[in-house]
Amino acid sequence: MADDTSARHAQYWRRNIRYVGLLLAVWFSVSFGFGILLVEPLNAINLPGTAYPLGFWFAQQGSIYVFVALIFVYVKLMNGLDVEFDVAEEDGT
Amino acid sequence: MTAQQWTLTLVVASFALYIGIAVWSRASTTKDFYVAGAGVSPLANGMATAADWMSAASFLGMAGLISFMGYDGSVYLMGWTGGYVLLALLLAPYLRKFGAFTVPDFVGDRYYSQTARIVAVVCAIFISFTYVAGQMRGVGIVFGRFLEVDVDVGVYIGMGVVFFYAVLGGMKGITYTQVAQYCVLIFAYMVPAIFLSIMVTGNPIPQLGLGGVDIESGIPLLERLNGLNTELGFAEYTSGTKSMLDVLFITTALMVGTAGLPHVIIRFYTVPRVRDARISVGWALVFIALLYTTAPAVAVFARTNLINSVSETPYSEVPEWFTTWEDTGLLRFEDLNGDGRIQFVGPDSPMENELFVDNDIIVLANPEIAELPNWVIGLVAAGGLAAALSTAAGLLLVVSSAVSHDLLKRSLMPEISERGELLAARVAAAAAVLFAGYLGTHPPGYVAQVVAFAFGLAASSFFPVIILGIFSKRTTREGAILGMVSGIALTGTYIVWFTLMHPELSNRENWWFGISPQGIGTVGMLLNFAVTMTVSRFTPEPPDHVQRLVDSIRIPKGVEEGAA
Repeated sequence: MADDTSARHAQYWRRNIRYVGLLLAVWFSVSFGFGILLVEPLNAINLPGTAYPLGFWFAQQGSIYVFVALIFVYVKLMNGLDVEFDVAEEDGT
Repeated sequence: MTAQQWTLTLVVASFALYIGIAVWSRASTTKDFYVAGAGVSPLANGMATAADWMSAASFLGMAGLISFMGYDGSVYLMGWTGGYVLLALLLAPYLRKFGAFTVPDFVGDRYYSQTARIVAVVCAIFISFTYVAGQMRGVGIVFGRFLEVDVDVGVYIGMGVVFFYAVLGGMKGITYTQVAQYCVLIFAYMVPAIFLSIMVTGNPIPQLGLGGVDIESGIPLLERLNGLNTELGFAEYTSGTKSMLDVLFITTALMVGTAGLPHVIIRFYTVPRVRDARISVGWALVFIALLYTTAPAVAVFARTNLINSVSETPYSEVPEWFTTWEDTGLLRFEDLNGDGRIQFVGPDSPMENELFVDNDIIVLANPEIAELPNWVIGLVAAGGLAAALSTAAGLLLVVSSAVSHDLLKRSLMPEISERGELLAARVAAAAAVLFAGYLGTHPPGYVAQVVAFAFGLAASSFFPVIILGIFSKRTTREGAILGMVSGIALTGTYIVWFTLMHPELSNRENWWFGISPQGIGTVGMLLNFAVTMTVSRFTPEPPDHVQRLVDSIRIPKGVEEGAA
């Protein structure tokens, strides 16, 4: 029984690590990738419908919007995972 | 009413509000004092975190800094927001589950070592004091500029207000005043930004106005500013002058430093559950992003306005705000070539620059440059004070809890009573306010460099050992202590060497691989990771109870009460 629980917990932890890894890959791409490393080639095009050079937009606006979205996606994924593995906190604390 | 009367009215009204909140939310237990009873709603904590985080530098300085740096200013925008992703995904939920009161609490328990705890206490106090000096100074400066009182008197008034709600209410008082301060500061920031955006681009949303078309010339705003910049011999606004490696390292240091700052981390101890800690970071970043996506727009509007209204203008015909701000010394004109006109030019111009503009002026003078009503000027003053006071209070609480909780209760006097500890916390908070006031009236040289120091230290000390403490069970006490010490030693030495001892050598040729002192925290962090992981491999495994502690931190179910 105890082994069963700890195996479930280990599985929960692996899924958690996978989510975090994926989200951090996006985090890295929009900021370090598009906003810094690829800024010059991206500046050659504009964000569609605006006068923003794309690389500059990622560095000063876009990456921040993506950061916000990433945290909310993480919250949704993890709250779902907590329920799936029955490790969510009880309500009413 | 005149601008000064408006300022006085709004500042007094906002201070009365903060003090009222403090009286209403007095702390009666140590848990109230350290973590607001862990009963703060995630949304309120998000707002409080945003106010805690956004300092006088964010409110007054950042738009101006970006305005002069152009693309290079992105390091602050990405650095000071991207850290929240790390905080949400790697730190906040686990630290909430751990359920302690302070950062040294976690380090001491996870690394089963009083030495580790003391190293963490020293780091926390040092980081917080370096940071708080700038805040108290900021309070004094706002008072000095808007109400024509001496800067030192301004610092004393700020001390009085912070003293009242931090000493009385602890984290509980601080949290609810920070919620009010967030509302004041964001309103004060957005109103002039919206007016400016309408004026320059016709779009009421500054974030969109930045990518819009300049009404006056009919060409896209950023293209127009690029043109103006190049014409005057500055670098093109949307391209940078820093080396890409340096930009990468500074951004990383700021991100990681943000996630490692103790006054930010402890905010996530104040919510009831792990789930609340996760969403709370999200709300915090929403509230921060509102200001951080507006700042680059303000930067561009203000720069375009500034160039249009002063470049090649005869000195005898300058607008009224120009002379007002000249009196404060933030704006300085020297007619070097004697032609009576203002040459505001960059390093690539054949002419000599005659106009010297302080970064802070961009936000401070905006309402006047845009000819906004007097109450907006008063609002900006109240907003700047809210930003400085909220950050100062959060930092002072870290110092106070490090002394009363980590040093007294957990190390020197474990048998101290609850009432004794609460009293000690209040005394420590009071002493911290006094010391911060001293630093504010006797500022240590360059405030900006000192703040960079705080980030570098946070990045190279706490961040790696907390992450490894959660994600790697094998990390040992010896590893963590040596990791923290080596990270700080490297970062500290590099920064002290280049900013305090040999500022004249601080340039790209002398920096290691072109990494500036601002970015060295990243190297310190990498060294800390490397040392901690290597030493951990060759030292005995952590004891069983610590491994079980790590297991329990990783699973939300069963929140434990505070370790103390």
